[in-house]
Amino acid sequence: MNAILQGILQRSQFYNAFFGPRVPEPGPIYLQQRRVYILPTRPGLAFCLALLVMLVGSINYNLSLGYILTFLLASMGMVAILHTFRNLVHLHILPGRVEPVFAGEVAWFELFVENHSAYDRCSISFSHQGRATPCDVASARGATVSIPATALKRGWLAPGRITVDTRFPIGLLRAWSYIQPDMRCLVYPKPDDALLPLPEPTGGTGARRAAAGGSDDFAGLRAYQSGDSPRHIHWKAVARGQGLQTKVFGGQANAELWLDWNLLPAGMGVEERLSRLTRWVLQADREGLRYGLRLPGVVLQPDTGEAHRLACLRELALHGL
Amino acid sequence: MASNPAIQFRHLLWLLASLALVVAPHTPRLPWWLNLIALMLIIWRIYLGWNELALPRKWLLVFFVFGGLFGVYFTYRTIFGRDSGVALLVLFLSLKLLEMHGPRDAVVLILLSYFLALTNFFYSQTIPTAGLMLAAVLFNTASLVNFAASARALRANLATAAVLLAQAVPVMLILFFLFPRVQGPLWGLPQDAYSGVTGLSDSMSPGLISRLSQSDAIAFRVKFEKTPPPRPQLYWRGPVFWRFDGRTWRPGDIRPFGQLKFEASGAPYDYEVTLEPHNHNWLFALELASKVPPNANVTRDYLLIARAAVRNRVRYDMRSYTNFTTRDDDASDLKAGLQLPRGGNPRARQLAQDWAASLGTDSAIVQRALTYFRDEGFVYTLEPPLLGRDSVDEFLFGSRSGFCEHYASSFVFLMRAAGLPARVVTGYQGGDINPVDQYMIVRQSDAHAWAEVWLNGRGWVRFDPTAAASPVRVEAGVAAAVPATDPLPLMARTSLIWLRELRYNWDALANKWNQLVLGYSPERQREFLTSFGMNEPSWENMALTLFWGVLGLLALLTAWLLRRMRASDPVQRAWLRFCAKLGRKGSPRSPHEGPADFVTRAAARYPLQAARIRAIGERYIALRYGELNDARMLAELRVLVRELRV
Repeated sequence: MNAILQGILQRSQFYNAFFGPRVPEPGPIYLQQRRVYILPTRPGLAFCLALLVMLVGSINYNLSLGYILTFLLASMGMVAILHTFRNLVHLHILPGRVEPVFAGEVAWFELFVENHSAYDRCSISFSHQGRATPCDVASARGATVSIPATALKRGWLAPGRITVDTRFPIGLLRAWSYIQPDMRCLVYPKPDDALLPLPEPTGGTGARRAAAGGSDDFAGLRAYQSGDSPRHIHWKAVARGQGLQTKVFGGQANAELWLDWNLLPAGMGVEERLSRLTRWVLQADREGLRYGLRLPGVVLQPDTGEAHRLACLRELALHGL
Repeated sequence: MASNPAIQFRHLLWLLASLALVVAPHTPRLPWWLNLIALMLIIWRIYLGWNELALPRKWLLVFFVFGGLFGVYFTYRTIFGRDSGVALLVLFLSLKLLEMHGPRDAVVLILLSYFLALTNFFYSQTIPTAGLMLAAVLFNTASLVNFAASARALRANLATAAVLLAQAVPVMLILFFLFPRVQGPLWGLPQDAYSGVTGLSDSMSPGLISRLSQSDAIAFRVKFEKTPPPRPQLYWRGPVFWRFDGRTWRPGDIRPFGQLKFEASGAPYDYEVTLEPHNHNWLFALELASKVPPNANVTRDYLLIARAAVRNRVRYDMRSYTNFTTRDDDASDLKAGLQLPRGGNPRARQLAQDWAASLGTDSAIVQRALTYFRDEGFVYTLEPPLLGRDSVDEFLFGSRSGFCEHYASSFVFLMRAAGLPARVVTGYQGGDINPVDQYMIVRQSDAHAWAEVWLNGRGWVRFDPTAAASPVRVEAGVAAAVPATDPLPLMARTSLIWLRELRYNWDALANKWNQLVLGYSPERQREFLTSFGMNEPSWENMALTLFWGVLGLLALLTAWLLRRMRASDPVQRAWLRFCAKLGRKGSPRSPHEGPADFVTRAAARYPLQAARIRAIGERYIALRYGELNDARMLAELRVLVRELRV
């Protein structure tokens, strides 16, 4: 009994208008007629009022042409309901790509909008978090819309409810629908901006300290990056006015760097630790170091490269979630 | 609420053009200073829009509002009338231009403009006005579309507006014919509501009818059931005047309502009159009417009086006899028919008394007077010289040139002075058959005045002294009768046949328009719906039919608007073929998978064909989601899909 009632409720326009889709819909979203709503806008109500005044004027002055004008505009309004409705209905909306971002940045949810009908769709807008993204789709074509959402904290970010609406063609009516595409964006922790350098390499083929001592072969110079040890700066070049350069030693490439949760100061909070580790991952990757990540319950063996970096960032993003 | 971004300059110009279409017909009626202010504000707004400058401050506009209100008040002495209302609307419209920050304000302007379009119909409901307002509505609607789809081309928006209005026409027709009509007015109209209509007046003084004769306006149209009477018998009876003060004729005492008492001979004429509004109560009919239209009465002097002033075009069926003998011998009428002003016009009195003394019978006196008009060199002209205090003497013995009111007035004066009861009758004489639709058109230029004399045994008999002086007037109309230099409406005199034909066609069209569109009154609606088989067209029945009619039409329109695409496009076909090929190999595209994801997955699964699969995906996405529409790329896509072997 309860289930039947629930089913009826969920199929009814009334229910949907108030509550909309509560759960993300996987796959392509088809804007069927049942889920497109339409109401006059505030100028639309003013239009109705104007028509009423015009009708009373026509009756009072016995204006046949006044009747015709009033009825023509009223009929135009009725026809416009259909046009506004059809401008939105029967659209297919497919979830597209979402690139991971760092917390504090803007995540872009890409949607493919497909128009399988024989007429063009104009001035459709996707509103999300108060920002509207306009979109036009020609007949039998598609369009991509990127919907911005501010990523506030790490973890999975779902876009939530997006309002698709249109006021085309006369702006006196608004048709809208709610969609909640099944998309999520991976949000990495925000790298902190402390100036602390990377931890010293430990273990592996040789200690970093030893490498710094000069036992490894000099491998060349590269541009200075923040965090480089002052001992590796090529001071002679600085004296010649050639700018800051860092000496790179062959042994460093083989050194193994552990970015370890447990080696951070005991007073640090979880998010601060994750932020610190995130920055270190980015920095170690930039310097071409072999690094491993050790989090409570997770150990990623030292490695290099894009895939490794992404794996580390993913672990950091999803830590404890 | 939607945001209120700035207005694009092209949309501003479009809006101004559509407003101009609505205001233009009003400008000749508006005070000059208001036109000047409106023009100045428009130019100012264009200047601000072009240079993207800020709009003026509010207090300046408030200053203009109050200035304009005072101006309108001092021009019209009211701000609640019809004309002053229009003036205020135009004022506010032009001021709102300078307070138009974004599309939201623009929409308010467009709604005002729709309303102002309606006010044009207070003054004119002709076909040209209707055409102009249709264009205005189209442009204003396109302006609405401009603000709802600001990135689109103006031409596309105009096309959208045209489509909307075209699809609205069937629904409008249903509403027009079925919306239950109410006979207005719902409440009292402003005093100036019916100013500016032309027609006969309720008094007659020299120069009044000759002025009216210079108007080309249509007084009424007549549709005879059979052959119309010959032109000399076309006397359309209007107000009858009894009382003369030496210069002006007035109706005299209120004539009591009577009955149509006369003896008719010969066949009656049946016809239908469509009378233009003239703001008086009388109805016109061929002499003499033998029936009284509904909602009307007849006076003892055979004038048909409607219960309410004719303020809208009215239509009534009539039956008249042109051969008749009145049988009315009320003594008080006869006494009123002998009234003369005390003193004045001594020579005319003397002449009449001489006739009365020397001639034996009443009809001999009448004939003597008509001979006088025929033989003494009287001139029929629209531009008679001005007459002084003894107007009858001056006309009869001095100027001897005048229009029908001079002839009728002096003739009746002579008859009364000779002791015969007489009265002045005004109305129209003549009428042209429009060969296009066979309607007879009677114009203001056919306005006429004649006389009736009481003859013992024959009752009131019509005599037309104008016809005695200028027989052509009655036989061929005023244009043939007056000198060629007299000012007449251009069309009344033209000998250009094509111009005449054009005018006849135009009149016929205007008449159709009046009969079908403008004359659609509550009675007409009942007749029309009954002829369509609606039993008892009460307002409930009409409303119900209206509801289902509109609903049915909208349902049809919905089905047509939401029709599915017949054949999917070639890009989609190629893509579906590609998906089907992979699907047969065991890796179908799952419904939620976007094209990019599917291609990546397929490329990973079939490394040997990865390059080809990626090429297909790239082209599909470019063709479908990109802006370009490249035929070569489509051809490549098809070849790639066809040659794909996995």
